[in-house]
Order: sequence, then structure tokens, then C-alpha cells
Amino acid sequence: MQDGAEVARAAAEGAARQSYGKLVAFLAARTRDVAGAEDALADAFAAALERWPQTGVPQKPEAWLLTVARRRGIDAVRRRLTSEASRDHLRLIAEEMEARMVDEDLPDERLRLMFACAHPAIEAGVRAPLILQTILGFDAATIASAFLVSPATMGQRLVRAKTRIRETGIPFRVPERAELGERLDAVLEAIYATFAEGWSDPAGTETRRRNLATEGIWLGRLVASLMPDEPEALGLLALMLFAEARRVARRSTEGDFVPLAEQDCQLWDRTLIDEAEALLSHAATKAVIGRYQLEAAVQSAHAARRLTGRTDWMAIRELYDALHSIADSPVVAINRAVAVAEADGAAAGLAALYVLGDDKRLADYQPYWAARAGLLARLGNTSQAAEAYDRAIGLERDPAVRRFLQQRRAGLGGN
Amino acid sequence: MRYMLLIYADEASMPAAPTDKTYEISAAYGAYTERLKNSGAWLAGARLKPTQAATLVRMANGKTNVLDGPYADTKEQLAGFFIIEAEDADAAIAWAERCPGAGTGTVEVRPIWEHTM
Repeated sequence: MQDGAEVARAAAEGAARQSYGKLVAFLAARTRDVAGAEDALADAFAAALERWPQTGVPQKPEAWLLTVARRRGIDAVRRRLTSEASRDHLRLIAEEMEARMVDEDLPDERLRLMFACAHPAIEAGVRAPLILQTILGFDAATIASAFLVSPATMGQRLVRAKTRIRETGIPFRVPERAELGERLDAVLEAIYATFAEGWSDPAGTETRRRNLATEGIWLGRLVASLMPDEPEALGLLALMLFAEARRVARRSTEGDFVPLAEQDCQLWDRTLIDEAEALLSHAATKAVIGRYQLEAAVQSAHAARRLTGRTDWMAIRELYDALHSIADSPVVAINRAVAVAEADGAAAGLAALYVLGDDKRLADYQPYWAARAGLLARLGNTSQAAEAYDRAIGLERDPAVRRFLQQRRAGLGGN
Repeated sequence: MRYMLLIYADEASMPAAPTDKTYEISAAYGAYTERLKNSGAWLAGARLKPTQAATLVRMANGKTNVLDGPYADTKEQLAGFFIIEAEDADAAIAWAERCPGAGTGTVEVRPIWEHTM
């Protein structure tokens, strides 16, 4: 139900963001001064978000931003910059850019910027926030509320990371083939973390967090378009699209949590599923399997229920077996145990869960306890199932999921 | 950019008298230094005597305080360093990876302040 103004606003925002990220990347790639590049463009970006919805997106958005940046006192910004050298640098670069933009488009260096943000010398937890800020122009407070930390803490971590990029000499480049796999993983992981943060608020009650899922997909599309031959980049985008396609079906009209198996597949977004399927088959032609492609393939198997009316748990278990062998994590192991339970029976599934019993990380992991409770209940072990539900309920922060678990626990009978 | 590679190692694991192992290590450092020099990255480098030869000097209230012994009681001690010229952090990290000290202890990569004024 978007009206014309809404559509214009969304289009203008999208264009402003594209241009902003490209300009930050272009400037920062030359100076390694990310904060300086952001400072220089902050006013212009704000002006674009305000003006473009009314005036329409200009013919050359980057040139527009740069002109406004200069008019609004790029000199004032330069005075704020710490070193004389970076001030001069910024002036030279701005001149170079203006000259260049007369006859050609600005080169897209956002991929290089993302690789700098997700560099191994940058603390893993700040990589996704850093990408959100530099590529999308999010302010620290918005990022902080999405990642559930205080704005002051997030602000400090972002400043520290940007200083580190400059001081440590972290390069803005796409790594060579030999090291690309590992480094691309870090970029994809940061994007997936962005998506997952938004995904964990499926009701969309917190707008900022719901938007994060959209931003994750936006970044996923960007990387997939800049690296169209990287199967894992395509796999990640497919994975996010499959999940996004089910967003509406995850809640009943009353706002109750609906587990995947009980979702009405008519509510799934077919356009997104089709796009995800196409990405996944294109990725498969590269014949290099990886974590995101396998996870997307699991989602594809679930999506097939829309056509076949059933879920092929044997296939899903095999996919999890493959995932388990290349990317062992407690999360994969739990999902695998659930698939084993569906394919081979609850007792087999529970056995697969018990193997994990020693992993300390699981003690505070809600899906482990929920899976365990569900399997124990199916085997008629109500007292242990109730205990496991209690653990799961205590760990769940989404009220709708908590209600669902409470109902399941109440349905056990006995205590 | 210039970087310093600081090599930390557990002194206690190094025997006082030369053995086959220590000859092996110095040969490895010789080859590494040679590679740094051939590539044009080498600016300086040295192996340090053990921390028991260290002296600490502090000035407070115009008085000099001289103490013997290492600065901090840590598991690994500074054992040597290289100063290199490298394009960026990746290039410096690549040299650190190849340093024999990375296999026996820890190599810290630190950028050096450059005078820009």
C-alpha cells in the first residue's frame, strides 16, 4: 500500500545511498581515511535524503553530492581533519573526481571498502557495523540499537576501527585468488550478520531491526552484482531471499509464531523464491560448493513443499551432513539433528542431539533446548521435555516465540 | 609504509649453549633476512640478548632510577626485531608470516609513525 510519495522517497533514498557509498569508497580508497571521507559527505548525504524525494534523483547523483559537499564547506571539514596531509589529499581527490565525472561514471570501489572493513586485522564483531556505516551511511545510534549495544559503545568501536584502518595501513583491495576464499567469507559473514539481526525480529515491531534484514539483502545484492562469478556470494543472497520470502508466513494474523512446518506456503513470496532458485542454480554451475550454497539448498528443499505438498527430509539431512563436514558449528549440528529426527525418527534425532551434550556453548542456546524438548515430547518423556521447554522459554527474547513454547509446554499434559 | 616486526619468544625454551636446533634457527633467520634484503623491504633488524641482560632506566623528580631485569614478567619476551618497508598491512603481515619467529612465538606487526608535516 505505498503511495506515490512513498515510492519517490524510497527511490531517492536508494539512489542517495548508492551514490554516498560509492563516494565514501572512492575517497577512502585513496586516503585510507574513512572518517574523513564520511565527514566530507555527511552534510551532502543528509541534503540528498531531504531534497531528492521532492526534486527527483539528479542525472549525475555523485556529482550532485560532491558539489553540495563543496558548497556546504568541504573546507570546514578539511579544517577539522587532523593532519595537513589528509586535508590536501582530500582537496586533490575532490578535484580529480570532479574532472573525472564530467565525462565518465565514478568507478565503483565499494567492494574494496567492504574488504577493508572485513579485514582480519579488524575485530570480527565490528565488521558488520562498519560496513553498514560506510556503505549505507547508517549513524552509530541506529547501528547500536540494531545490534543491541549502547550508542556510545558502538560509536567508540566504529571510531577505533576506522582509525585502525588508517593507522595500520589496511589495504582497500579485493584479495588475490589464493586468499580470496577466506577473506570473502569474512565479508559475507558480516552481511549475513546484518540480515540475521533483522531476521530475529520477524514481527517487525522494531522498525530499525526489521530494516536490517532489508539492508542485508541490499548488501548481498551489491556483492553478488560486483562478484557475479563467486558462487558463495550468490549462495548467500539466495539464502537470504529464501528466508525473506517466508517473512509474512512466520506470524499468524494474531501475531503468533508459526513454525516452518505449519506455515501456509501460499503466503510465501514466489517472486523472491524464484529469484533465489535462479541464483542457486547459477551458483551450482561454478561447481564449487560452500556453506551458503548448502544452507540455501536446505531452504530450497523447504520451499519445494509449495509445489510437492511434502518436505524431503532425507535430502535435507544429506545437505546438513555436507554442511556439518565443511562448517561444523553447534547451529548446524542442531539443525542436522532435527532433520535426522524427521528422516529417521525422534530417537535417532535425540541421539544426534545428545552427542552435542558436552558443548558448553549450547547451555544458553534456545534452539538447542527447543529441539530437545520437542523430541523428548514426541518420545513421551514429558518430565524431561518440560524441563527442556523451561530452559528454552527462559532463553527466548521474542515474546511470540516464547508464547509458542509455553503453549507447547502446556500441551505436554501432566505437570 | 614502514612497519616494525617485533619478535616475541619464550626465552626459557632457548638453551644457553648452541645446539643443532639453535643453528637451524639462525640459519632460518639468515635466509629470511636475505629474502627481505633481496626484495628491498629490509631497513633494519637485530637479535636481542636475553632479558636477563636488560637494564631499566626511569627518571622521576630529577632522580635516575636504574634497575636490572626485564620490564614485565611475561611468558614471551622481546627477542628481536625487523624494520621493513611494505606497501600496506597485508604485505607486512605476509612478511611476518614468513618470519621464523612466527613459528616459535609471536610476531607483532606495528606501523611506524611517519612525519608528514
